[in-house]
Amino acid sequence: MTKFRPPDRSEPEPPPGDETRAVVDIRAQDDILRARQASRGAAAAIGFGTVDQTRLATVVSELTRNALIYAGGGACRVLTRLTARERSIVIEVEDSGPGIANVAGALTRGYSTGGGLGLGLAAVHKLMDDLTIETCPGHTLVRAGMTRRR
Amino acid sequence: MRVPILRLGRVLLTSLPADLTDQQVMDLQIDALALIQAGKADGLVIDITAADVVDSYMARILSETAKMVKIMGGVAVLAGMQPAVALTLVEMGRDMIDMETAFDLEGGVAKVGRMVASRGGRHDEVPTA
Repeated sequence: MTKFRPPDRSEPEPPPGDETRAVVDIRAQDDILRARQASRGAAAAIGFGTVDQTRLATVVSELTRNALIYAGGGACRVLTRLTARERSIVIEVEDSGPGIANVAGALTRGYSTGGGLGLGLAAVHKLMDDLTIETCPGHTLVRAGMTRRR
Repeated sequence: MRVPILRLGRVLLTSLPADLTDQQVMDLQIDALALIQAGKADGLVIDITAADVVDSYMARILSETAKMVKIMGGVAVLAGMQPAVALTLVEMGRDMIDMETAFDLEGGVAKVGRMVASRGGRHDEVPTA
């Protein structure tokens, strides 16, 4: 006996795997917008909803602005991973600036050395599932990830 | 390119495009304050229906603009925020947006009108005995 199967009307999902979706050089304010769009596009491509896309685009905006203001520029990479159970996206922003002297402080609201309100990294911390910061004078890599069940 | 500011009666109206650079937000602040200072308007409505990202920088500039308008004697209202943007701003922390808000442009204009009327406009005559 053949079991009844409802017709599959869902969108074709991309195949499982890791992919680098975008690499954006951050040299000017326009590049912040480009990186934002790239992250939103990548998130949409692997099935993240509107709210998560907005969180991600906001995070990219904060991180790339930091790279521009504090280090004069850098690079933003958008990486995605799709498995049978999960979809995840990782934003990496790298620069060769002076580094973050006080990482714990930078994660606290109100801490800023660049004339801002010091809300940037603290906000990223709240919007993403994981955040790692490798920093020393001459090199900083901020990696922020978001994972959702499929 | 600078974001255009329109004038409707005594209210300035501006609608932010989806992608706005930091410089454009700064220019908008300067332009709006100059128009209010020149006596062209009592209030400002900033429509952000199209904005799909409001980060901490933009939130700060918008809130500061509103405070500047207020201490100059005017009223500034932010209108039309998308739900996903509101949710993100709330998650980012308390008081990211510190200014008057309205659901849409129409509500924003009405709010400016009410607030200006409630405390007296710029051109109210001095009461005589």
